[in-house]
Amino acid sequence: MTGLSELYQEVILDHNNSPRNFREIDGATQIAEGYNPLCGDRVVVYLQLDNDVIGDISFQGSGCAISKASASIMTVSLKGQTSTQAEDLFQRFHSMVTGAANRGIDPQALGKLAVFSGVREFPARVKCANLAWHALHAALDGNRETVSTEEAGSDATLADVQG
Amino acid sequence: MTTAGYTIMQTVRPDRSTRFDVDEVRRDFPILREKVYGKPLVYLDNAATSQKPQLVIETLQKYYSLENANIHRGIHFLSERATQAYEDARAKVRGFLNAAESREIIFVRGTTEGINLVAQSYGRKFIGEEDEIILSAMEHHSNIVPWQILCEQVGARLRIIPMNDDGELLIDEYERLLSDRTKLVAVTHLSNALGTINPIKQIIQIAHRGGVPVLVDGAQAVPHLKVDVRDLDCDFYAFSGHKLYGPTGVGVLYGKATLLDAMPPYQGGGDMIRSVTFEKTLYNVLPYKFEAGTPNIAGGIGLGAAIDYLSQVGLDLVTEYERELLDYATEAVSTITGVQIIGTAREKAGILSFVLEGVHAHDIGTILDQEGIAIRTGHHCAMPVMQRFGVPATARASLAFYNTREEVDALVGAIHKVKRMFSR
Repeated sequence: MTGLSELYQEVILDHNNSPRNFREIDGATQIAEGYNPLCGDRVVVYLQLDNDVIGDISFQGSGCAISKASASIMTVSLKGQTSTQAEDLFQRFHSMVTGAANRGIDPQALGKLAVFSGVREFPARVKCANLAWHALHAALDGNRETVSTEEAGSDATLADVQG
Repeated sequence: MTTAGYTIMQTVRPDRSTRFDVDEVRRDFPILREKVYGKPLVYLDNAATSQKPQLVIETLQKYYSLENANIHRGIHFLSERATQAYEDARAKVRGFLNAAESREIIFVRGTTEGINLVAQSYGRKFIGEEDEIILSAMEHHSNIVPWQILCEQVGARLRIIPMNDDGELLIDEYERLLSDRTKLVAVTHLSNALGTINPIKQIIQIAHRGGVPVLVDGAQAVPHLKVDVRDLDCDFYAFSGHKLYGPTGVGVLYGKATLLDAMPPYQGGGDMIRSVTFEKTLYNVLPYKFEAGTPNIAGGIGLGAAIDYLSQVGLDLVTEYERELLDYATEAVSTITGVQIIGTAREKAGILSFVLEGVHAHDIGTILDQEGIAIRTGHHCAMPVMQRFGVPATARASLAFYNTREEVDALVGAIHKVKRMFSR
């Protein structure tokens, strides 16, 4: 596959067109907003934690295909996981899209999230993929402030500096 | 010409100014021969920064090879040569804007610094509590935030001129906003997000009826339109060198001498003083009062070269060619199903902002990039404009006189590719 078709895989386009768990959760135990000031994209992540297990998870917001599909697939991947498992998956996802991990990263270990492996070829788009995950991380931390991709750090790439 | 073993190529072709030949001007810009991912570069991000002609590149090289010294300081040969070149550049800018005097031309880092200078120097002295500053709804953040900072400092308020759905300012509303509380009007000449050319002369006339000074953000206008600050009768006019085919890190603030004379210095340091003791410092005359520290000497001289280049090509011919190219691009892009042009003012230049149904601007940008086409996507540092049009972001193709119809065709082809990719 070429870079572009690897980035915009059918699974990603499908989640962009029909995002899963795209709703609010009434009485969510955790809510956090992720914001990318470079492009203005916003995503709000809602969590229902029952004894540290993610009973329900959803999101709302606007963004590009990468950020929307990432949020959608994130919610699908995390239902039923503990908060520790969720954080662990975020770390592995983050390593994959930033290219920090060995390129031979085991796609099995990431499940559906492996469709985002093409992102690492597009440094300008890493933040799009990570936006919902940063919000999730903030929600698990009980942080109700909006988390910015600029403050969240570690996504830093040369493409970050825009007007 | 060979001086000290260094060859200066002459790119000046004096017979230029009667006709415009896009193939000829393209040869003056070395970067336009570059390839991106193996495809010819199609550079349509000129509103962000323009490319540099050989004359500017050579001027910078010549300055650092043959003339480099600090200015206004040394009595040695090189210092005098550098000072002369820098002051020649100031005179070129004066001519370019048709300002009355060279001392009305302040070299700054760019438009942003020019606006901050006026906010912090003029604003802190002449604007106070309950006073009002009028901006427009289509300002770049750099013509919003400096005024917000000032408002916090002095207790003044911002009033905003609204615009219609085409992206044209509502002049009637503007007249209603003006009152005896109004102390300054700051508006853009040409919107970076919409391409609208504002009726600046009329806006200035209206403000002057009440004795209110007007600052014009000319960052986008100067590369496309002839600007005559005396004809406009504007009080301040700011622009950046790098959008005018010159180097980054240098720009200009024009101000009427009477206003600049009445303003306190913006920054303290060397070059802006006449004499210093620990008890009292006397400030230098214009323009040096506002030019503390060693300036961007090479940048200023490079900007002078950019102005020379543009006058060789002929700004009138540039305006005409770009107008035709923008019409062609607008026609071609708006025929694509699902595309909506954002910014449809009757008077426009250089900028084609659009959204594509079902596809976010960033996805458009990434796919176009793979075709070698450089555009800007996002909010264009004009978030209030995005809110006004109810879009999170737009894709923006911005034109220069070295762009061609073939490049516009490549843009259209690439937008169709985006659509195909997203309709799988």
